Amino acid sequence: MAKIAMYWGAGCGGCDVSLLGIHEALLDLLDVLEIVFWPCATDFKYEDLEKMKDKSIDVAFYNGAIRTEENEHIAKLLRKKAKLLVAYGSCASKGCVIGLANLSTKEDIFDAAYLHNESTKNPDGIVPQEKAGDLELPAILPYLKTLDQVVEVDAVIPGCPPPTPVLVEALNALLEGKTTFGKEVALCDECPRKDTKPDKIEITKFYRWHEKEDNGDCFLAQNMICMGPATRAGCGGECIAANIPCTGCMGTVSRVKDQGASMMSAIASLMEEEMDEEKERELIASIHDMVGTFYKYSAARLLPKGRLKDES
Amino acid sequence: MFVCHCGVNIAGVVDVERVAEEMRHYPGVVFSTTYQYMCSDPGQNLIRQKIEEEGLDGVVVAACSPSMHEETFRSVCRDYFSEYRCEMANIREQDSWVHESEEATEKAIKILKATVEKLKGNEDFEPILVPVEKKVLVIGGGIAGIQTALDIADAGYKVILVEKEASIGGHMAQLSETFPTLDCSQCILTPKMVSVSRHPNIKLLAYSEVTEVSGYVGNFEVKIRQKPRYVDVDKCTVCGDCEDACPVVVPNAFEMDREPRKAIYIPFPQAVPSTYTIDRDACLGLAPLTCAECREKCEADAINYDMMPRIIEEKVGAIIIATGYDMYDKSNLVEYGYGDDDDIITSLEFERMLSASGPTGGNIIKPSTGKPPKKVVFIQCAGSRDRQHMPHCSSICCMYTAKHALLYKHHVHDGEAYIFYIDIRATGKGYEEFIANVMEEERINYVRGKVAKIFREGDDIVVWGVDTLTGRKVEVRADLVVLAMALVGKETTRDVAKLFKVAVDEGIFLKEAHPKLKPVEALSRGIYYAGCAQAPKDIPAAVAQASAAASKALALISKDELEKDPLIAVVDEEHCSGCGVCISVCPYGALQRGSDGKAHCIEALCEGCGTCAAACPSNNIEMRNYRDEQIEKMIEVIV
Amino acid sequence: MSFEPKIVAFLCNWCAYAGADMAGTSRIKYPANVVPIRVMCSGRVDPEFVLDAFEKGADGVFIGGCHPGDCHYVSGNYRTRKRVIMMKKLLQEMGINPARLRLEWVSATEGKKFATVIEEFVNEIKELGPSPEGE
Repeated sequence: MAKIAMYWGAGCGGCDVSLLGIHEALLDLLDVLEIVFWPCATDFKYEDLEKMKDKSIDVAFYNGAIRTEENEHIAKLLRKKAKLLVAYGSCASKGCVIGLANLSTKEDIFDAAYLHNESTKNPDGIVPQEKAGDLELPAILPYLKTLDQVVEVDAVIPGCPPPTPVLVEALNALLEGKTTFGKEVALCDECPRKDTKPDKIEITKFYRWHEKEDNGDCFLAQNMICMGPATRAGCGGECIAANIPCTGCMGTVSRVKDQGASMMSAIASLMEEEMDEEKERELIASIHDMVGTFYKYSAARLLPKGRLKDES
Repeated sequence: MFVCHCGVNIAGVVDVERVAEEMRHYPGVVFSTTYQYMCSDPGQNLIRQKIEEEGLDGVVVAACSPSMHEETFRSVCRDYFSEYRCEMANIREQDSWVHESEEATEKAIKILKATVEKLKGNEDFEPILVPVEKKVLVIGGGIAGIQTALDIADAGYKVILVEKEASIGGHMAQLSETFPTLDCSQCILTPKMVSVSRHPNIKLLAYSEVTEVSGYVGNFEVKIRQKPRYVDVDKCTVCGDCEDACPVVVPNAFEMDREPRKAIYIPFPQAVPSTYTIDRDACLGLAPLTCAECREKCEADAINYDMMPRIIEEKVGAIIIATGYDMYDKSNLVEYGYGDDDDIITSLEFERMLSASGPTGGNIIKPSTGKPPKKVVFIQCAGSRDRQHMPHCSSICCMYTAKHALLYKHHVHDGEAYIFYIDIRATGKGYEEFIANVMEEERINYVRGKVAKIFREGDDIVVWGVDTLTGRKVEVRADLVVLAMALVGKETTRDVAKLFKVAVDEGIFLKEAHPKLKPVEALSRGIYYAGCAQAPKDIPAAVAQASAAASKALALISKDELEKDPLIAVVDEEHCSGCGVCISVCPYGALQRGSDGKAHCIEALCEGCGTCAAACPSNNIEMRNYRDEQIEKMIEVIV
Repeated sequence: MSFEPKIVAFLCNWCAYAGADMAGTSRIKYPANVVPIRVMCSGRVDPEFVLDAFEKGADGVFIGGCHPGDCHYVSGNYRTRKRVIMMKKLLQEMGINPARLRLEWVSATEGKKFATVIEEFVNEIKELGPSPEGE
């Protein structure tokens, strides 16, 4: 029986749910797997984990990012106790959407969440504390870290959450002791709209999803930003099939280190060649949120040490 | 690692010994030394010696710019290994010549480290062999274009000569006599023009322009648009009946607008091709047909109003640009009243006056009165050598002004000629003697000083200048003022340059690959220059340069195969997603979508710019020897 | 010791690199803080290089290319211009002053211009101080 563990760090819980995506096959898996630690599903305590022998867990899955001291502590523990540590999902591997928090300081985040926003009335300025009497809560770290910034990671299952075909391939590979899996080609390869790609794309305007009626063609050809060209294939183009452009949750192929810059370069290169410089500036300015658009899932990689001293 | 002193050029600023010492310990470097002049024979032999002694498999020469000697050192290394195992590090033009000692030395070390890292990543490649089209395209039918076409044709190769105007001949056809021999310009030019028209190897396309260019050295594809003359060249007998009948009168540019011509015209009697042409813009109307008088009168039945523009497509191996010069517009000279007076004329206008077939029948007249001018002022450097106008020297004005003054005196024996000059530049063969004769024998008044202002007062043109040798102001009340206008590049040369992707400078002169050692070549392979399009020059120099350009073109097309730079883009087709970004981006169409939906790079078309590699969102395209990891390593050692 | 910026310059072979050579031929002095990397076309410059340079500690990045319309490879510089506009916007959102990335068109004959813009750029970076990412 292979011993596995699954922990949720700073995440939405979707990755744990995604395990159910393999449907009945889960029952077959449970025949060969022993779940020794899974806080989301059952009642395990820290000491259960601490008591385990080092390297006694065959595969530990860590989903969610590292935003609290507890997240970091468990990450280190799991690294000790497991033979293979797998970053499960986009949060663990690249920071995912919550990595966008690295654009702000912890103070700014607390201020926006608890003190100054339209739907909060908090005249006494009450914010979460790390210590109240003899009650202690794990500290929130000054910035979000990915799993590999804290411990060595053996394998990555990408996605937000990992799509079922990706998960199935990964689990099968891991059960055979392999740590490399996944396609090394971008999403365009398996995109359901692939055949509609014209020979030359020339972008003259950027449309957001709601601003244009979708005619069923390649989104880039329709001048809508689709992260497909800079995103690893494997999901079968689920979002495209649901008529939504890809936003890049699967991350990039191994060769690419910076998903955002890669896609930005492609988008800039697809803009109409001899555009008036003034028009170019306007057009690019119409993309309101560069980080949110191009680094939606990898902002923590762009700003691995959190917010920079702002001199812009 | 060979660090060149370059005499004191590098060693005088950069501590070359220290640089060599630092690099001695750099990972991958097994030998490091300095030497006085690496490009010299002993310097090159030093490389050979060390390759053999130390078993080197890579060489970095830290010296001048690679544009100077990359080829020199690579050809040394080619005897031992691939040329790509030799890189140059520029520590002269971009270091010792522009920085102070301490910082220059520090920067040199960084440059060398980066170069070593690039070299480590280089792979060996063989040049790509491409066939060569044994044909040359010459653009411009002036004396330079004519000479270069004849030289190539005489060597046995085919030439296509494209000329924008209705006839070849250029500005030389407008000249009366040429210095220093006072040969009749047309007399020495027309035999060459006729040779062009008769030469079996020359295809003359006059009244034409190149509209499109694609391809690369050895394999250029050009589209030439020939305007319709509405006159059949083969039938026209040049009788002139059509001209008599034509009711339209427009200024004649050949005569510097000082004489009219008809809408149907021949530029000058000795025009080649020998035919009349209808200037469509001047004609009363061809569609719908308004006049038709010329066709009525034409006994040779040569006139055809239905002629259409022709697009001629040609494949050529080399291109020579010989588009000539223009004169700087006299309306730019505020000080000289914008030249806006009948009696203030340019040197080319005076040249037409001298010509027996010109607007005045060879008589020198004061334009406002028609009488012979008794006092003529010639102003040299009008617009040249002037920071407000053109900074350069136009090369020929000192000589032709002397010629003009001489000829004026021969025409108007009791006339007085003044020449205002800054310097006298008479460097050619027989030139100094010519000037001396003009100054002494012909008693022409040479005044050393710039003219500050010229303006009309009554019948006279008042010239205010200064004689710097006496320190006195000078006033001359002249009948006629002749301005030796600056020679500038043509606006149309700018368009031609853009079409062929060669550079022009502020004066619209073509930029050569190297001002001293490669004066007739463009930076782009396969494109050469001849004549004033490259820089102002006299006829002997233009002819010499034309022959030089021809010899360069001949060297290229005489080969059966050309070597094409193998440093092109390589697509990792296995991992290509078919996203199509690179296909949209390549300006040469070198990247094409295959039947498998993936991008493929066509070697013969790729020019190696790397735009696709930067655009590819999967980092699937590598630029040979300019790969991402090489550049990233260079960034690392620099920063 | 005063702050000496570290600046990487990507210079295109046909225009900017030749222009930098011309500054040398004309012996026009400029600060030595900028170390060049020769690329065939400014279009070769991947935005990833720019971010990589800043990440590795560069205080400024300079890209030199041909004037629009004069690119030796027809359109590479048009792509560069758009990429740089995007990069600057990104840098701003990241909190890095976009002035740290500079794109200049320098033709092969503009030696003086090259020296002048480099001097300007170095002084500008000196004033801005070290890059926030380097800290």
